Amino acid sequence: MTKSWWKLLGCALLLYSVIGGFLMPVPVLPILNESIRNLYFHVPMWFAMISLYFVSVVYSLKYLGSGKIEDDLLAVESVNTGVIFCFFGLISGSLWANITWGDPWPNDPKLNGSAIATLMYLAYLVLRNAIDEEQKRAKISAVYNVFAFPVMIVLIYILPKLTDSLHPGSGGNAAFSALPMDNMLRLVFYPAVLGWVLTAVWIMTLRYRIRLLENRHNTIS
Amino acid sequence: MDLFSQVKILIRKELILEWRSKYALNGVLLYVVSTIFVCYLSFKEIDNNPTWNALFWIIMLFASVNAIAKSFMQENRGRQFYYYTIASPQAVILSKIVYNSLLMLLLSVIALGFYTLVFKNSIGDPLFYLISVLLGSVSFASVFTMISGITSKANNSSALMAILSFPVIIPILMLLIKFSKNAMDGLDRSVSYDEIGVLLGINLVVIVISLLLFPYLWRD
Repeated sequence: MTKSWWKLLGCALLLYSVIGGFLMPVPVLPILNESIRNLYFHVPMWFAMISLYFVSVVYSLKYLGSGKIEDDLLAVESVNTGVIFCFFGLISGSLWANITWGDPWPNDPKLNGSAIATLMYLAYLVLRNAIDEEQKRAKISAVYNVFAFPVMIVLIYILPKLTDSLHPGSGGNAAFSALPMDNMLRLVFYPAVLGWVLTAVWIMTLRYRIRLLENRHNTIS
Repeated sequence: MDLFSQVKILIRKELILEWRSKYALNGVLLYVVSTIFVCYLSFKEIDNNPTWNALFWIIMLFASVNAIAKSFMQENRGRQFYYYTIASPQAVILSKIVYNSLLMLLLSVIALGFYTLVFKNSIGDPLFYLISVLLGSVSFASVFTMISGITSKANNSSALMAILSFPVIIPILMLLIKFSKNAMDGLDRSVSYDEIGVLLGINLVVIVISLLLFPYLWRD
């Protein structure tokens, strides 16, 4: 019970963000209308994804230092879970884009950037399948993971700022904080982000523990 | 022996090896020239500036993947062990990056010359276009060298090289296409400073990360 307080917190925040996200009042804006509620679901996906990828890079670095196979397993499971959240982010984003921008896949640098970042992490998973030897696989994929991370940061954060983007906060568009939005949005948005990040980390640790058990089972038999 | 002199000797070794066989250079030159020729025969002429620019960069992308994928394949295991005993891993990767950059610079200048010869098009600011091509070839070299080091440890498959390197190179390619397009349209030079800065920054980061990570890859 002492160790699982953050899981309970994550659940509570998620529950709050779902209930509050659908029931609490939102600012009335043209074009966006009620679809602004997607803010509570679409944006936290990316926060969850980035945090998982960050955890993965940290553990890849740790693996390179320590050589413990557990660190590598945690890095892989973070990427596995992160890719799922990335897909959710893309799906919820294209639903939103279809309503507000009239196109499920507008030619937007942020969209393309996150699609390419997905390709990068899928390539990481393919690379792992290409190598049979366990230690070697762990080491080489850790190197690739660390190598790809800064490029992904450039892709998602720096490139969209240089070019025109439909997304708020880049290319001359105002950031969300500059919108005339009342604090109602923030009241749900920040807890939603925290809730999704905590849940993502929880899912990742579950997968990691299953992976550890599998690993132990395989080494004994 | 300090890092600098090790790098110098290793680069000399690469150049001598290349000069003896002339395999990589001739192969890649032939590859790029025949690719441009294939494009010439299929397109005949290109009026559209963005298409002209994009086609050139796509040709360069495939040529450089092919050129640099070989950089670790030529060395057999025994020779790699020998380097391991006499040189530091940083010197090895740095010398490969410098050598590949030289190769790519030569290749891209020849490719650009041949490309402008067959596809006639007016470039607004030739000097800046040349700078974008040179900057691009150095960026390609620094990214692909590390990726080819990674794939060389994973059974050397060329499909893996493409899968791993394309997502990493796309942001650089997008910046390069934007920068060279600005030069092509003859826009004011200050417009491109942002792109040049980010490109140089990415190059620096990639080279530093390669230097830090290669020692782990190397020890096998």
